[in-house]
Amino acid sequence: MKASETECTPDNTALTAGVTTFNVDNVGSKGTEIYILRPNGSTVGERENIGPGTKVKLTVELTAGEYVVRCRPGDIGDGIKTSIKVTGATKAVQADARIATAVTEYRTYVAAGAADSLKLAKELQAAIAAGDLAKAKTLYVQSRVGWESTEPVAEAFGDLDPEMDLREADLEAGQKWTGWHVIEKGLWEKKSTAGLSEYADKLVANLEDLISRVPTAEINGTSMANGAKELLDEVATGKITGEEEAFSHADLVDFQANVTGAKKVFDLLKPVVVDSQPDLATQLDTTFAALQKELDAVRTGPGVTEFPSYDTVDKASRDKLAAAVDALAEPLSHLAAAVATSA
Amino acid sequence: MSAITRRGLFGVGAATAGAAVAGAGALAVGGLPASGAGASAATWTRPDVVPFRGSHQAGIATPVQDRMHTVAFDLSTSDRAAVVRLFKAWTDAANRMTAGQEVGEGAIPALEESPPDDTGEALGLPATRLTLTLGIGPGFFESEGADRFGLRSQRPEALIELPRFAGDKLDPLRTGGDLVVQACADDPQIAVHAIRNLVRIAFGTATVRWSQLGFGKTSSTTPNEMTPRNLFGFKDGTENIGAADTDLLAQHVWVDAAKDGSPSWLDGGTFMVARRIAMRIETWDRTSLGEQEQLIGRTKQSGAPLGSSQERDKVHIEALPPASHVRLVHPDSNDGHHILRRGYSFVDGSDGLGRLDAGLFFIAFCRDPRTQYVPMQRKIASQELLAEYLVHTGSGLWAVPPGVGEGGYWAQSLLEA
Repeated sequence: MKASETECTPDNTALTAGVTTFNVDNVGSKGTEIYILRPNGSTVGERENIGPGTKVKLTVELTAGEYVVRCRPGDIGDGIKTSIKVTGATKAVQADARIATAVTEYRTYVAAGAADSLKLAKELQAAIAAGDLAKAKTLYVQSRVGWESTEPVAEAFGDLDPEMDLREADLEAGQKWTGWHVIEKGLWEKKSTAGLSEYADKLVANLEDLISRVPTAEINGTSMANGAKELLDEVATGKITGEEEAFSHADLVDFQANVTGAKKVFDLLKPVVVDSQPDLATQLDTTFAALQKELDAVRTGPGVTEFPSYDTVDKASRDKLAAAVDALAEPLSHLAAAVATSA
Repeated sequence: MSAITRRGLFGVGAATAGAAVAGAGALAVGGLPASGAGASAATWTRPDVVPFRGSHQAGIATPVQDRMHTVAFDLSTSDRAAVVRLFKAWTDAANRMTAGQEVGEGAIPALEESPPDDTGEALGLPATRLTLTLGIGPGFFESEGADRFGLRSQRPEALIELPRFAGDKLDPLRTGGDLVVQACADDPQIAVHAIRNLVRIAFGTATVRWSQLGFGKTSSTTPNEMTPRNLFGFKDGTENIGAADTDLLAQHVWVDAAKDGSPSWLDGGTFMVARRIAMRIETWDRTSLGEQEQLIGRTKQSGAPLGSSQERDKVHIEALPPASHVRLVHPDSNDGHHILRRGYSFVDGSDGLGRLDAGLFFIAFCRDPRTQYVPMQRKIASQELLAEYLVHTGSGLWAVPPGVGEGGYWAQSLLEA
């Protein structure tokens, strides 16, 4: 829409309910403001300080009804008003069949990841019972992969994540420490399987519990997208710093699993994003590929656990990984909004 | 709609505070010889706003604010189009932030699923004369022998790698950078907000190499104001180039491409030198007043040159101790060369041994660092007795493009060269 001293004119005054973005172009010679007002005068959205010759976007969510677009050139007086009419029912985001399909497929992916972790955790349980330290170490790392690629879904349950994945540094005074990292500390620091069976049994039970809950877990397109962003947050705060796997230094295995899980979400939601925000889709393609390239540069083989111990990764490589994570995480944080505005 | 907006808050302040505020505004904004040209008068009438657009970049000759956050970046791309996109996005954000406005679609987006474009900590605050100044480092033109953006031929000859000076203890993590952005404002939260948002916009194109916070300007470009003091407790920058001194600015600061043999994109630009100079604060404090004054060449109380009584008395260099700071850096000892200083004090906490990690973040703008900064620094590094109390721990030199005109973007003349 164009705004000036004399006009306040959206290209279209008959709109469909849902999210609408006004691209305001101040073609006048004074600064201006724009408001979208309800019939009772309350404000749905506003942009101030729009300098002459500048363009701004104003995004609002409108339900059916009459609205007023008001421009205030020179920031004085009542300004210029144009009425707009919004019709139609606001489509719920879930009504988009493509998102429903993505959610169904994602649920299957999460179940498969949890099942993979469970299978390997049972083998870890057996190796610990048999006192086989070397085998237990290998299985510890392998059993983390399925979990790390789907972790935000488990985190949503609240109780499971702290029981399964808490780090020693995160414990409160008096809190009992359970889960993978107790086993990690025993295997790497104490170099023994002694006393770990109790924790392996509990881990297996937790994973069985998780699998039973996946079919009814609350998942929608927005929560999937936010989960992908959270996986990158995990990488940025835990893996880049080497805090996640303080004893095993298998941080890069978790790192890759986090990225794989986030990429899966993007791939499933991509048909929607390509439609609603094609530039974002392109940017995510590019930045996912760039991060994968940095991970491939340090890996020792094609397998999901074939990565070097993180304490042997030099600063230059860590800097490159960190920059690639930031480059991806920023556009990924816009995925949820892109999904929410697709309907 | 929130009741208090940044513009709204300021409007109330200006209306009720009356003449005092209006007077300050005339000084802060109206008195800008350099950057004022070309600004759109309709919007820029607020005393807390320094125009972003103009023939020279703001933050050089414009009045020095109280706080600084300077950041150096390395570019992580070899695609010139990506740099153009970055500079356009930065220009848009800088244009808005310097006017006290929020970045992009603001701090409170319409969609709660969306992360806000603006990080929000400047909401409700006036712009406090925020200026943002961009510089281009040697690594922009050539990196590891590669002509990364096809602009190697545009590198100004004066954009040298600074030589090693006696006593330098440069930390690579505080030195250099393909780009630099200097943010200055009267409120540290405004300066930090500006840098934080520019860093965020740069993710994927440029990574932060280092950044430095500063407070308590150590030089002013407004000679009628009280000369500020540095952490040694001495007045600093008494003979600095004033914002209104267009002749000295033209002679010593602004590049004249034709006369200087510089690429034409830099016409109206300048060069920025930054040096992180740690001060040995505790040993300085145990030095007698007499020795302190001999080392500096001015009295501590009034700032008068030794042997004179008033701060602004003419400096007779031959009357000052031979190895004193003022004698060695004075234009009369340097073939008449002036530099425009715009440094800040810093205290980055303590060093773990109970001593302050503190000093001067020296910033200077000059037309040719080869004839203005380098000879002077080479001389004082090896000759001045004050050097005993100073350690240079960070360094950088950047070419500063001319100002941004209406509709243009930062460094456009270079990227479209």
